[in-house]
Amino acid sequence: MLHNLRQLARYRGLIQTLVARDLKARYRGSVLGFFWSFINPLLLLLIYTFVFSKVLPGTHPEEIEPYALFMFCGILPWTWFSSSLSESANVLISGGNLIKKVLFPAEILPIVTVLANMIHFFFGLPILVIFLIYYQTSISITELAWFPVVVLIQLILTTALSLILAALTVHFRDIKDILSNLLTFWFFATPIIYPVSAAAFAKTFLNLNPFTHLAVAYQEILFYPGPFGHWKWLLAVGAASVALFFVGYFLFDRLRDSFAEEV
Amino acid sequence: MAEGAGMNAIEVSNVSKVYRRYGRRRQFATLKSAILSGSLVSDLKADESFSALQDVSFTVPAGRTFGVIGRNGSGKSTMLKLVAGITRPTTGSVKVNGRISALIELGAGFHPEISGRENVFINGIMLGLSKKEIARRFDEIVEFAELKDFIDAPVKTYSSGMYMRLGFAVAIHVDPDVLLVDEVLAVGDEGFTHKCLDKFAEFRRRGKTILLVTHSLGLVERFCDDALWLDGGRAKGVGDPRRIVGAYITDVEKSEEAQLAATDAKAKEAVSQTGVATEGGVDAANAPPTDPVELPEEPPDMFLASEGRWGSREVEITSVDLLDSRGEPSHIFHSGENVTVRLHVAAKEPVTDFVFGIGLFNADGVCCYGTNTDLEEYVSESLSGTGDVDLQIDSLDLTEGTYKLDVAIHKRDGYPYDYHRLLYTFRIKSRTKDVGIYRPPHRWRFSSSVKLRLPVS
Repeated sequence: MLHNLRQLARYRGLIQTLVARDLKARYRGSVLGFFWSFINPLLLLLIYTFVFSKVLPGTHPEEIEPYALFMFCGILPWTWFSSSLSESANVLISGGNLIKKVLFPAEILPIVTVLANMIHFFFGLPILVIFLIYYQTSISITELAWFPVVVLIQLILTTALSLILAALTVHFRDIKDILSNLLTFWFFATPIIYPVSAAAFAKTFLNLNPFTHLAVAYQEILFYPGPFGHWKWLLAVGAASVALFFVGYFLFDRLRDSFAEEV
Repeated sequence: MAEGAGMNAIEVSNVSKVYRRYGRRRQFATLKSAILSGSLVSDLKADESFSALQDVSFTVPAGRTFGVIGRNGSGKSTMLKLVAGITRPTTGSVKVNGRISALIELGAGFHPEISGRENVFINGIMLGLSKKEIARRFDEIVEFAELKDFIDAPVKTYSSGMYMRLGFAVAIHVDPDVLLVDEVLAVGDEGFTHKCLDKFAEFRRRGKTILLVTHSLGLVERFCDDALWLDGGRAKGVGDPRRIVGAYITDVEKSEEAQLAATDAKAKEAVSQTGVATEGGVDAANAPPTDPVELPEEPPDMFLASEGRWGSREVEITSVDLLDSRGEPSHIFHSGENVTVRLHVAAKEPVTDFVFGIGLFNADGVCCYGTNTDLEEYVSESLSGTGDVDLQIDSLDLTEGTYKLDVAIHKRDGYPYDYHRLLYTFRIKSRTKDVGIYRPPHRWRFSSSVKLRLPVS
């Protein structure tokens, strides 16, 4: 397993190329091209803002005004997370040709999926910055220094889950359908469109959800003023993510030989 | 020989590959009976696994070209995947020294939406080249693929031939030490195929190792230093390609023979059960075969008739045999072989007016040859009881293909006693893939200014 992990470093170039291919191919042929990376989250944001400020006004507490900005802090990373997982669940099957016909370390495929979605996340950030400037939010440098840490932890967590999902879906195709429902549930079980304080009755439950802490971290850094107080939870999730990554990679490695036969 | 000579490029020792079949649960009744009979465990095991390869061993010394032949499903492609490292053997070991490039599926990693140029880079990196190496070989690759004008178009706009050519060009330019080729020479037109073969020859000259899986036996004979014959997952022979290919052809013919014999037997059975095959149906089957009231219904044009049997059956052809030069019944003959058609006939009562006829038809229904005793000016005198009629053909000069046989006994005026229409099938095999129907015995001669040669044999 460790040997394979080290091997993976040798495939840096391939991973880079495949991520670039993924991004190029995604918007090839569409008029707006890369702008879709901006437009998609923007439209999503508009819909949620409309629903929660016009259709259901007064459903959110004062502390999360401006609401659009609050929501955007959570939706952007969530999109990265959920797209990565749902794409990874399918990636070994749709990339079956590569696994079956080319000598190819299969873990590259879910990793590329996660990385490509991370790039999309980065493309969404300028919009977030525009919002931050528009609403004149004050962000301290010390808080901002935590931002890459949060991104890194989310990367590890997403990769770990993607590896597990990719490997298991080869054997249990039902996972794809279960996952799409689970992700919807997960979205609402995470304080993204509501603040943690609004769901105090389910505090333990929220705390068990690793994405709660990522969402809260993003919100504390970008939205709420004041010092970054969530770092203990964040680092705990970080440690758990690293552990999960090894578990996921171990599982993936164990099932590796079955991929070429099962996809 | 280049570097690495004397070393083994590929070592396959005692390799078995078992594929498990999941989700193929037995039916409950069988499961219950299996439990009752106490054979549940062994039954489940047997049901869920499939041995693609069993205890196969061979080595390929560096610089040699090694051919793998065998029928569909004999395990050739599994073997190649094991050598390529795509799957792992269940037991045994596979060792490969040097960089491998596998031409298993061409352009497997191509993304349809992006240009041929970008795909060349991505595919090359997947196959183990660095960006720099690809850039250096890029022009050569494009030229080899004959895609200069289209290289910047998205791959989805390519024809399947263009796609394959580009895939082949990339894979071959990886410059591997060991090249694995799985039946990919059917990639392009004649010209491209020749280019591929030239490229392989160049590989050989440079002392690279090639493992070739193919159905093209001629290629194996011409091209390979050694050959392996896989049959049902087992190695049936390994060694000199000429010997292996010969043994393989004989074996294929044997099983084809068995198949033809089986269809023949079925046709014969149908004939003996149906009184008048052209009418078919229950009535015909129930009617006594020799019922004189039943008028023999001759098709208006004998060349348009489909297979069947009709006639008054006063004289019957009870069976037909095709005999090879050794006098053994067979259904497979080589072009130019001595073949005898033997009719076993039986007369219910003595007759004096009778003609024996035979016709050979190819798969398109073209009559290749037809004759009868009347045409050849034999005058019938008497026939009673049973007897044999042989037509010996000294040299059956037909081209390769499947042929059908007409046999008949009739009166001189055409009144059929027993007519068997296209009921018997045989196959002509030929090493030369010449075309047409008839192969006249022939030879080529060239004046001294015209130089040709046959491949070394």
